[in-house]
Amino acid sequence: MKYLDEFQNPELARRLLDDIRSTVTRPWALMEVCGGQTHTIIRHGIDQLLPDQVELIHGPGCPVCVTPLEVIDKALEIAARPEVIFCSFGDMLRVPGSDRDLFQVRSRGGDVRVVYSPLDALKIAQQHPDREVVFFGIGFETTAPPNAMTVYQARKLGIPNFSLLVSHVRVPPAIEAIMTSPGCRVQAFLAAGHVCSVMGMEEYPELAARHRVPIVVTGFEPLDILEGIRRTVRQLERGEHTVDNAYPRAVRSEGNPAARAMLADVFEVTDRSWRGIGTIPASGWRLSERYRDYDAEHRFSVGGITTKEPAACRSGEVLQGFIKPHECEAFGTLCTPRTPLGATMVSSEGACAAYYLYRRLGTTPTPQEASPVV
Amino acid sequence: MPTVDISGWTCPTPLRDQPRVVMGHGGGGALSAELVQQIFAPAFGGEILAQLGDSAAVSLGGVRLAFSTDSYVVRPLFFPGGCIGDLAVNGTVNDLAMSGAQAAYLSCGFILEEGVEMPVVAGVADAMGAAARAAGVEVATGDTKVVEAGHGDGVYLNTAGIGLIPAGVDLRPQRVTPGDVVIVSGDIGLHGVAIMSVREGLEFGVEIESDCAALGGLVETMLAVTPDLHVLRDPTRGGLAAALCEIATASCTGIVIQERAIPVPPAVANACAILGLDPMYVANEGKLVAFVPREHADAVLDAMRAHPLGAGAAIIGEAVATHPGMVVASTPLGGTRVVDLPLGEQLPRIC
Repeated sequence: MKYLDEFQNPELARRLLDDIRSTVTRPWALMEVCGGQTHTIIRHGIDQLLPDQVELIHGPGCPVCVTPLEVIDKALEIAARPEVIFCSFGDMLRVPGSDRDLFQVRSRGGDVRVVYSPLDALKIAQQHPDREVVFFGIGFETTAPPNAMTVYQARKLGIPNFSLLVSHVRVPPAIEAIMTSPGCRVQAFLAAGHVCSVMGMEEYPELAARHRVPIVVTGFEPLDILEGIRRTVRQLERGEHTVDNAYPRAVRSEGNPAARAMLADVFEVTDRSWRGIGTIPASGWRLSERYRDYDAEHRFSVGGITTKEPAACRSGEVLQGFIKPHECEAFGTLCTPRTPLGATMVSSEGACAAYYLYRRLGTTPTPQEASPVV
Repeated sequence: MPTVDISGWTCPTPLRDQPRVVMGHGGGGALSAELVQQIFAPAFGGEILAQLGDSAAVSLGGVRLAFSTDSYVVRPLFFPGGCIGDLAVNGTVNDLAMSGAQAAYLSCGFILEEGVEMPVVAGVADAMGAAARAAGVEVATGDTKVVEAGHGDGVYLNTAGIGLIPAGVDLRPQRVTPGDVVIVSGDIGLHGVAIMSVREGLEFGVEIESDCAALGGLVETMLAVTPDLHVLRDPTRGGLAAALCEIATASCTGIVIQERAIPVPPAVANACAILGLDPMYVANEGKLVAFVPREHADAVLDAMRAHPLGAGAAIIGEAVATHPGMVVASTPLGGTRVVDLPLGEQLPRIC
């Protein structure tokens, strides 16, 4: 653990905080794009330690949160079919659809399995040639390459009973959408390091220049976050707006060429709906024409889905940085991790869940929320 | 099928949204608690059950007994550091030990799946026998049932146990008072990560073994220093976080823990970092959390460290008068965060 400990060193953190304090002269609003960064910030109390002038706005980078309700409802319908083995990463199982979640599908007899890699789902397809195996392929540029690789392998190995329910999203169009939305307060971005480790940084200079915002590629450990903030604040104070890599141990400017080649082969860019935000042009991937046979939506022709978002849920505004989670009227009352109205409350990386889990000091838990277990 | 009137239940209640049992109802978190509180406790009634301890403290003919039962459905049956057999013995022994009792007698119920190989059953039974002898407890009665192939995971076990509570020992959350020192007996998270690594075929660079062990001897050692321990809890399902949350709620006391003081083995920390899990929520099977009056804390800690099962014991925090019912962690960087009861099972994250 020495390696990770080094990135949580309190003494080094104090020095970075001192540097930020001595640099900042006026209020700045930074957005951390990734839900993993939000989680680190709240879990370690970084936002409490920053000077008041530095405000962190939580971005839309939680893959679970932004997966549209329609796709989740499609997943639920496919997963409930008796011929299907539905495979997913664990944190999608509790995300509510319009009227149920994957756990509930499983409790009614659906064969829903948690896997740790899409290739595990492919193995299941090989082991069960008489069943249809569907993998729920969601996420940003980080999870897209292995999912693309799995489809590539399925075709190469001639595995006909595997398909992908795909809802991949891309970060740069989301940044564009945030910067052009009315009422945007974001003045700089902490870009998601793992996204850049795949895609590189080529897409960012044009964004930074056009919107005059610093974009600092940032990692996920506490010191990574503080270093990202430090560099961002320095740029803001100097009136600069360049792309800076504060995560060089993982990110090269060209990214991962092999992963990018795989993405280009298997996927094509498409407009994509983001839960709580709406459709963002060219913000997603779908399977390209050559791999369309492996698209679960085509294979199962899931149609007639009518979605129903809870009226009280303001997760879209949270995802765009317009409000903080606790400023939503439903936060902690109608909406808790056990009774989530939106995915931002249910996902482990969702901003609402992070606030609920870590930031309720001064509130009293209800009896059900903290009761003894035999 | 009986009908249950849920109209009077207060909101939010997940049972309204959970018309069927989901895995989280067995995860040792909030869903488990609600199942017990909203279905089992009202159905059974009874003041003793309402205390909802790891074991029940009962009195028979003037003798104070601890009484407990637990069921074991672990998969795979054999895992690094143990198997379902020693888990079933140690689990119930530990539930009794958390009342301060040395386990005396156990019962054992086998539910076997048709087709399971006989050497597997023998291996489980052998492990149970060895664990019972090591813990100084006798398996005094038992039962066997067989279910049809496909209706079980090979072997399910249930154990119940009784033991004597020594005079002067009164362990319950209500005795926790601000100023009590919180001690954990050693490295956390080993059992949960060991099970996960074999169940899911994950490799973390080093083999992680379960900490499965009987804690009766360690508790005896602690009580020899002072019978005035306030509460003990073995942080099994739901991990250290759930144990602390339960104590905070039941005692109406706040708890502050120093996150950096919690002993987390590097292999567990790495595995959790990869999977996006928090070691505080990962299950243990051979650890305990003790709330000890401050004046006895150093002596108890020394005694624990002199015992093989408490060699890694550490003070991790204290009970406080502020924020009653809530557990708050001081982060290594100097921030604070609330530690909440887990909902159900922890779920590995997507990326």
